[in-house]
Amino acid sequence: MSWWGQIFRRRRFEDELDEELRGHIEERTEQLMRLENLSRVEARQAALRAFGNPVLVETRSREVWQWPRLERVSADVRLALRRLIKSPGFTATVLLTLAIGFGANTAVFSVVSSVLLRSLRYPDSDRLVSLWLNAPGAAGLANFQKGLPLSASMYFAFSENNRTFQSLGIWSSNRANVTGLVRPEEVNSILVSDGVLGALGVPPIEGRLLTEADQVPNGPKNIMLSYGYWQGRFGGDVSIIGHSITVDSQARTIIGVMPRDFRIEDQDFDILVPFAFERNKQPLAGFGFHGIGRLKPEVTILQANADLARTIPIWMDSFSNGFGSDPHWYVKWRITPDLHSLKQEVVGDVKGVLIVVMGTIGLVLLIACVNVANLLMVRADVRQLELSIRAALGAGRGRIAGELLLESVLLGLIGGVFGVAVASAGLRFLVAIGPANLPRLTEISLDPASLFFNFFVSLASGLLFGSMSAWKYASRQATVSLGSARTVSSSRERHRSRNVLVIEQVAMALVLLVCAVLMIRTFQQLRKVDPGFSDASDLQTLRISIPDSTVSDSRMALRLENNIAEKLSSIPGVTSVGFAQLVPMEGIGHGWNLISVEGKTYRGDPPIRFYNYISPGYLKTFGTHLLAGRDFTWSETFDLQRKIIVSENLAREEWGSASAAIGKRMREGPSEPWSEIIGVAQDVRYDGVDQGAPAIVYWPAIVRNPWLGTFTPRAVTFTIRTARAGTQALLTEVQQSVWAVNGNLPVASMRTMQEIYGKSMARTSFTLVMLGIAASMALALGIIGIYGVISYAVSQRTREIGIRVALGAQKHELRWMFVRSALALTGIGVVFGMGAAAAVARLMRALLFGVSPLDPFSFVAVPLILAAAAAFASYFPATRAAAINPVDALKAE
Amino acid sequence: MFTLGMFYQCLMENSHDASRDLFPGALEMMILESLRRQPAHGYALVQHIQQRSKNLLQVEEGSLYPALQRLLKAKMVTAAWTVSPSTNRRVRIYEITKGGIRHLEREISRFDRMLEGIQMVLGPVRKAQSS
Repeated sequence: MSWWGQIFRRRRFEDELDEELRGHIEERTEQLMRLENLSRVEARQAALRAFGNPVLVETRSREVWQWPRLERVSADVRLALRRLIKSPGFTATVLLTLAIGFGANTAVFSVVSSVLLRSLRYPDSDRLVSLWLNAPGAAGLANFQKGLPLSASMYFAFSENNRTFQSLGIWSSNRANVTGLVRPEEVNSILVSDGVLGALGVPPIEGRLLTEADQVPNGPKNIMLSYGYWQGRFGGDVSIIGHSITVDSQARTIIGVMPRDFRIEDQDFDILVPFAFERNKQPLAGFGFHGIGRLKPEVTILQANADLARTIPIWMDSFSNGFGSDPHWYVKWRITPDLHSLKQEVVGDVKGVLIVVMGTIGLVLLIACVNVANLLMVRADVRQLELSIRAALGAGRGRIAGELLLESVLLGLIGGVFGVAVASAGLRFLVAIGPANLPRLTEISLDPASLFFNFFVSLASGLLFGSMSAWKYASRQATVSLGSARTVSSSRERHRSRNVLVIEQVAMALVLLVCAVLMIRTFQQLRKVDPGFSDASDLQTLRISIPDSTVSDSRMALRLENNIAEKLSSIPGVTSVGFAQLVPMEGIGHGWNLISVEGKTYRGDPPIRFYNYISPGYLKTFGTHLLAGRDFTWSETFDLQRKIIVSENLAREEWGSASAAIGKRMREGPSEPWSEIIGVAQDVRYDGVDQGAPAIVYWPAIVRNPWLGTFTPRAVTFTIRTARAGTQALLTEVQQSVWAVNGNLPVASMRTMQEIYGKSMARTSFTLVMLGIAASMALALGIIGIYGVISYAVSQRTREIGIRVALGAQKHELRWMFVRSALALTGIGVVFGMGAAAAVARLMRALLFGVSPLDPFSFVAVPLILAAAAAFASYFPATRAAAINPVDALKAE
Repeated sequence: MFTLGMFYQCLMENSHDASRDLFPGALEMMILESLRRQPAHGYALVQHIQQRSKNLLQVEEGSLYPALQRLLKAKMVTAAWTVSPSTNRRVRIYEITKGGIRHLEREISRFDRMLEGIQMVLGPVRKAQSS
């Protein structure tokens, strides 16, 4: 039925009922007049007495047809809203507190739900797995953080022989030079084998996917574009399909475009290039590829692990590391597949951070609720007279308590609505500052789950802080205090519950502050760590890669790099220039191999060591000190002399000290010539400040060995030491210098080392910022709470204070009396908080670095901070109390 | 702790105390019984109940009307406006339906059983005292 119809019907119903009741009363009146000879007035009064309250009868009759509860709630809601509007100061304070509390929680929940809970943006993503290997028999593999990646031959062995995968493939991220457009540029490329796109299961928006035919060596040279690159470079032109572009000097036909937001794992890219492995020439080794697979339905990771484990012997039978090598040599490595879900791979170690952040933000909300509960109690006290009158007029205690509760639930829900606004602003801010290592950043949004969460939290909080005041009202003795407000002090019981709230607040603020201080200390410890280089903000880095097709000869490529280095060092303000295959914390995977020390016999294999290829001057430019020996020279580099530099920890491990390593020799395989150690360099934290420095072997920028021939890394990071690092002028000059040497070389990833360094601390700084915000909110709320309680106490005890002053109490005694009570509350709160903080700190152990979870400094400093805050917060009301004029105080009645 | 359940209870209180003097459903039974004898309007129903009970039951007259509305809602009675020949006043006449009769019979037999049970508990003691 329509609204109009319903209203119309109700009107008629009321009219009819009214007529019926009036008729009844009149009939009775007339009867009484007739039978008992009463006057009309008397008769009518008697009739009404017998009838009861007509309004109530009408209400009850109407209620039969309605939802009386709902109607009553809606009436109460209207009343509550009117009351809230009438006290705008109170309402605004509460709503602001709640909006911030709910907003922060909803925002963090959105992050948690988008990053941790929501499944990846691939169809049936729970069947996607990431392929890694375990090799407990390979010494030094502990240097790898995640396990052993796959080799190309393994990809063939796995994809040809497995029974549990619908599709599997390998991929690797790279950079590629695109030429022939307006100017040469370096783009992010991802090399994929067949099976990767098939496993992910996302169809292209234009054209077709890369297939097996595209990875045939000497076959067609095809390529796919990302949506962003397609829009940015080709304006989203559909006719670009079938055209070709030049990638690393190779013409390739564009066959398709992937949809917006498509990523491989969490990796963004501009172009997708197919691998073109010659199957029969693949060695066993070359463990450097990420693997992705889609399991067949109903297959578990355990079954898939077992299935791939079965194919590993087949892999050793089918491939070889070259003539004369033992294909079963890897048996010693005890390689086993170690699959995990793709989601786990993408989400990584951010889980701990998010849980800590969620917990602390939740704690802030709890503090906010306690504050609001406090305000509500004060308000209930102010309304004491009104409530007493209502109780005297017959309102049930439960009814009034219910109304108080309704009011607070209403506050909670309105706060929740504002909270959504705060959350969406907060999320936009978060995505804008984009903590670099937060995975799935682009997927973060305020989804229905977050809105539901917000609603739930608002409702629960409303019930929580409302029930505190409602319960207190309901459980209070129904003393009708209509007489006067003339009490000497407020009741002890009323005061106690507020004190308890302050104690809780102090305890929770202490927990948050301790966590925040621990993070600050962690940050300080990280800053103190010597990363193995100096003055990162004066170091400019840039990537240059020289494709085989531009310069095929390794020696010529190195010559080109040398020329660029010389050109760069002639830029004004540049003190030195060097380059290396990779610089620390850049996120590019290490090269590595087994390497043995002369005169040492190994049971099993020699350990794995990380490699870097460096130019003369690189170490000096980077600020990595040589502890013994000397740097490479250009002449010995070009002469392919077999010299190496090793890191200090490697030298200490093998020979006991840095200087003892000089002149010693190492080699990769039994058939190879020895290389002589000419220098020992300080340890460098390649994988981030909080990770240990790997043992590393520095090779010259060009080397010769049996399987690579003459090898020079084609993609290198140049480092320039100059005070002008990061300035636009320098960037322009760098670009010009590079193009002066070769106009086809794009310059990419221009960053100062400080940016790279900062990025490696991003997790810590993100946690620090979030905890810092939470802790300062907690501190502010705590101060407000203490201030509120003390100043309320002062206002309640005005009369008492007046008497005290009249009897000769000194001002400073009065002031101290109030400050002391605040300190006492804080003290109790601190005691409770310490225990909780110790427990919480233990949970965040994984996020700490160089600081014990029970760090004495934090656990002493924070209570002192809180005591100072309590003294500060109570000082002002205490001063007000001390200034009370006894005459005024007593006259005020 | 003040729970959600208590909250609703607070909101609901006072809504079930319509007939404080009688057990729940008694008023409805008496209305239905009166209507089975003869359709009547509200005032006539009150008169009838009071006369039959010899004024032993002091029903607040007004409480009849919510009960009538409940019966209307349950489709146990129907109502129609007509003009009373005696008072010349427009009145709403209530009439029992078949469903109302069935319900009444069920309720009466239930009530009889209950009364019997109560008497069996109270009866012998009373007899012993009175004799």
